[in-house]
Amino acid sequence: MAIVETESKIVRLDGTRQNWLEKIPAQYWVVGILLLIMPLFASDFMLFQIFGWTFILGMIALSLMFLAGYGGMVSLAQMTIAGLAGYLVAILGDSAITEISQGWPWYAAIPVALIVTALFASAIGWLAVRTDGIYTIMITLAIAAAFFYFARQNYEVFNGFSGFNSIHPPSLFGVDWRGPKAFYYLTLFWAVASYLFILYISRAPFGLALQGVRDNSRRMSALGYNVVAHRVAAYTLAAIPAGIGGILLTWQSAQISPGTVGIGPAIDVLVVAVIGGLGHPIGAFIGALIYVLLKTFSTDALIALSLSGERFRLLIGLSFLVIVFFSPDGILGLWKKFKVWQQRNPFEQSDGRDL
Amino acid sequence: MNAALTENRALSSTGTEFALELKNISKLFGALAALEDISMSVRPGERRAVLGSNGAGKTTLFNCITGDFPATTGSIKFFGEDISEFPSHERIRRGLRRTYQISQLFPALSVFDNVYIACRGVSTGRFSFIRPRAKDALMSSTDELVQIVNLHDVRNTPVAELSYGQQRQLEIAMALAGAPRFILFDEPAAGLSPTERADLVTILTELPSHMGFIIIEHDMDVALRVAESVTMMHNGRIFKNGTPEEIENDVEVQALYLGNADE
Repeated sequence: MAIVETESKIVRLDGTRQNWLEKIPAQYWVVGILLLIMPLFASDFMLFQIFGWTFILGMIALSLMFLAGYGGMVSLAQMTIAGLAGYLVAILGDSAITEISQGWPWYAAIPVALIVTALFASAIGWLAVRTDGIYTIMITLAIAAAFFYFARQNYEVFNGFSGFNSIHPPSLFGVDWRGPKAFYYLTLFWAVASYLFILYISRAPFGLALQGVRDNSRRMSALGYNVVAHRVAAYTLAAIPAGIGGILLTWQSAQISPGTVGIGPAIDVLVVAVIGGLGHPIGAFIGALIYVLLKTFSTDALIALSLSGERFRLLIGLSFLVIVFFSPDGILGLWKKFKVWQQRNPFEQSDGRDL
Repeated sequence: MNAALTENRALSSTGTEFALELKNISKLFGALAALEDISMSVRPGERRAVLGSNGAGKTTLFNCITGDFPATTGSIKFFGEDISEFPSHERIRRGLRRTYQISQLFPALSVFDNVYIACRGVSTGRFSFIRPRAKDALMSSTDELVQIVNLHDVRNTPVAELSYGQQRQLEIAMALAGAPRFILFDEPAAGLSPTERADLVTILTELPSHMGFIIIEHDMDVALRVAESVTMMHNGRIFKNGTPEEIENDVEVQALYLGNADE
């Protein structure tokens, strides 16, 4: 597989010094301003359900994009990692299940939750990096399944089938962070932070080396890199956006239960990442938006066509099929194809010969 | 010749009798013995050519030394230290380097990025999350290495767009990263044009004198011009050791190379 880093023209390793504002492409300005002023015209439902959920799912898919796109490791355990962070915030902080929840203040519960999550992800990585390709998928799927059943059957810590409810974000600065506008900005902030973080890392020594490991691990060993350590560290790092996403997800629905970390959601993360495209971090968010729109509105669309509303998964599956069939690189790949098609010479045939 | 290759002398190249000491190295692939009982000592700074027909075990020997495929039996000492059990990257960090017969590069990354990855691999901060600044010390040593192999004009070109000869030169630049104490060159001249071969000979002869190497080379012109000693391999064994003149004039070697009507 060729290195997917095609945006290197934007920031080169030895990039000539430019005002950093000038380096930001125009699309970023347009999308950025649009996202910032969104609450002026979007409904509460759009802000909280559609965009809030898109940003959260995008962050979890971003952690998979980082592992799969830059590291060549497809992990199905990213939803599990996100779920663990959500569970830990419920267990260490406040919830309606007072027998289990420890009631720690947020500034203790959240950092501890993220650190434990990162350690758990490193352990998963340590197991998974000994395998390759399909076996990595299998082993991480097995971990996801094991965690799901464990959480469902363990009542002492995970409160079994019903999980935890009434988990609310702290009312920092006197703001109700579950209010639609506040929650929108909260998720937007963390989504943008995660996106920029991953984008930055991809050109830092760690990210460059990770792409090297993906393309030719033998060569990387012969250049002095500890390939196993690099891969495990990628899992640790990917746990950060996933963990933050998991905590936000728990706050959004005010609950967490084994259903959040089931096999279905684990595979959905892969679907989201692949639909968007694994070639660039933005793909995770594009995929998430498409998934959320389909999941939210397909029920109505199906009922309008007098079909069973429960068949929304059929629509998601079909769109997945169509996108992967026409472009293995997801929506990003389609976009690139479109740009190439736009720049073609109309007087030439596709193979470059004159008509 | 240049600062990039000499500045870091923390890893001393002197003080031990041998840079590389192989004892009874064997490599089995199932029932096939690719290497049988190879023992070889190379002094620090020595330049040795390894010759032999296809399948003689030359590249396998390199793979055993660097740990790409560890030897089945035998021990390897690198400047007096037993590295037989070390993983590949630990051997490289001790100052061993190699090039590959078939270029092992990162095709979508630029020339500069490839060399930078090589420089970073044998220095600290492999896990750094901070993008390097233009004045970073590694950035300037990367630049110097790119200059040494005459790739400055294409430094920002993706490797996939380079000519074959340029890729071979990049392969050499990556082996020179950091402070190599000993380098294994696996057929660096294969497929090069006559001009490129001349450039290669210049690069190899101008390496600092403390930097020893072993070179696998079919082209006798190149091999005998850069090496001061020659090891001839045949069917996984060492067939003969000697100076270039001795090997060139050896009747048995000539028979092996030119084919023997009696065999």
